[in-house]
Amino acid sequence: MTLAVDVIARRGGFVVRAAFEAAGGETVALLGPNGSGKSTLVATIAGLLIPTDGTIALDGTVLDAPTGVHAPPERRSIGVVFQDLLLFPHLSAEENVAFPLRARGMDRAEAHERARRLLERLGIAERAEARPVDLSGGEAQRVALARALVGEPAMLLLDEPLSALDVGARVRVRELVREELARFPGVRILVTHDPVEASTLADRLILLEDGVVTQIGSPEQIRDAPRSRYAADLVGVNAFHGGLDRIEDGAGRLSTDEGDVVVGWPEGFEGEEAIGLLRPADITLSLEPPAGSARNVLEGRVTSVAVEGGRARVRIASAPPLVAEVTLGSVERLGLRDGVTVWASFKAVEVRVLRP
Amino acid sequence: MGVLLVALPLLGLVVRTPWTRIAEVLTNETTLTALRLSLVVATSAAAISLVTGFPLAWALARGSFRGKTLVRALVVLPLVMPPVVAGVGLLAAFGRRGLVGSWLHDWFGVQLTFTTAAAVLAATFVSLPLAVLALEAGFRGLDERLEDAASTLGASRWYVLRRVTLPLMAPQIAAAAVLSWARALGEFGATITFAGNLQGRTQTLPLAVFEKLQTDQAAAFAISMLLIAIAAAVIFALRGRFLR
Repeated sequence: MTLAVDVIARRGGFVVRAAFEAAGGETVALLGPNGSGKSTLVATIAGLLIPTDGTIALDGTVLDAPTGVHAPPERRSIGVVFQDLLLFPHLSAEENVAFPLRARGMDRAEAHERARRLLERLGIAERAEARPVDLSGGEAQRVALARALVGEPAMLLLDEPLSALDVGARVRVRELVREELARFPGVRILVTHDPVEASTLADRLILLEDGVVTQIGSPEQIRDAPRSRYAADLVGVNAFHGGLDRIEDGAGRLSTDEGDVVVGWPEGFEGEEAIGLLRPADITLSLEPPAGSARNVLEGRVTSVAVEGGRARVRIASAPPLVAEVTLGSVERLGLRDGVTVWASFKAVEVRVLRP
Repeated sequence: MGVLLVALPLLGLVVRTPWTRIAEVLTNETTLTALRLSLVVATSAAAISLVTGFPLAWALARGSFRGKTLVRALVVLPLVMPPVVAGVGLLAAFGRRGLVGSWLHDWFGVQLTFTTAAAVLAATFVSLPLAVLALEAGFRGLDERLEDAASTLGASRWYVLRRVTLPLMAPQIAAAAVLSWARALGEFGATITFAGNLQGRTQTLPLAVFEKLQTDQAAAFAISMLLIAIAAAVIFALRGRFLR
């Protein structure tokens, strides 16, 4: 069972290009910031938006093709959980769940029997008679999940399934979503802007930025080698994207739009575009220009200090901007807080250079 | 002052109504015939307005097509048009020598004028705009994505309409029905111009009031009271809409 997507979709002047495959039995997360085109892609896959070009095929059946093929949503075997759920307000929880079965012509008694069994499995059988307006966020989420699952579709498409929940409910529903994803045999696509959600629930991530897929890989692969600024932000490293020039033997200059960084010359590179990655912990901060041998010394104002565990992440408005990770002791000793000007230094060899 | 303006005619009616013989007036043959005809005409007009108004309201609320503004203006026009002009227009279109009427007459031998069908047509002409406006508001208030969600759940368009769209629009459909029915019930100008004033065929209650006013004023007041009672019932039925 496979979903194969290779489309260009357009909605309101915004264009999304995406090509990827997802196999049955794996959970693929479509991860991107708000406005990256996730919901446009969801609408396209669900059949609510006709792509301007390209193909979508599920299980070998072509759903969209440039030749004018377009299977309407009701003919696609895709269970969708929408971001704001879209439960039918005039129907009870059980009627909502029975809806897909009734729509396909199953008789009332059997449809309700199945709906009730599924609600039981999801632990909300006692709320079967309630209207959506009377359900809590977590309950409504379960009803929406049950409604998407009940017709036994070939594919499950979850659009931000946890975003509407408060923190307490989110943890419980995330567990439930994980269980249901694990027992669902078909293609599973999870759309989210939350990297934690993506990396805890998915086997593979597809990063979408500004309507373009920028990286596809397992959470580990992306952690090891983020290919874009967004990906680097996600995994918490600094990324410098720009042209690489040799400045001397064994060293090069990576020129980004926001400033230059000196890097160790990577094996097998000629002058070309590259991404440099720098771990925040490899940056040293001081209040005076440092005396050491570091090739990169950048001055900048601190714009934020965030404490995480025993360490602090310090954002610096240098050129290029940096995130440094220091101990709480250093924060105190240097008096780091918003507005303080610091010197950030790091060695050229600490910057890992990759092809973009 | 404004309240007085509305209240005084009502008060006048209450005072002049012949309460002692109201039962007799309201149950006499002419009144009963007019009442029966009024119910038939108003109900038919409301039904036609709903059925034809539904797709029209859908197009106005959801569609994007050239000339949409023109269509909307056209739909609303009967609301502001003098009813008697509507009647003249209907004559010009459906009268024996009318645009469509001559054709109907020559080809099918059908003549609309002076028939109950003409009264229904006249009432529909003035009540359709109310139905369309109420239904359009219904479509605008409906979250289209609920229909999208239904279709991803395997529901055909027809099933979506039946199980999602219509139930969710039920309040506006009811409002459209009641408003257009009430408007059709009160229709006078277009009816008398286009359909005439024939007892048992086109003489609805308002036309009966008009005729009685010249022969038996007390009866006119009594029938007017009946119409006011119906209007009050309509307002009561739509109290959520008018009285907050």
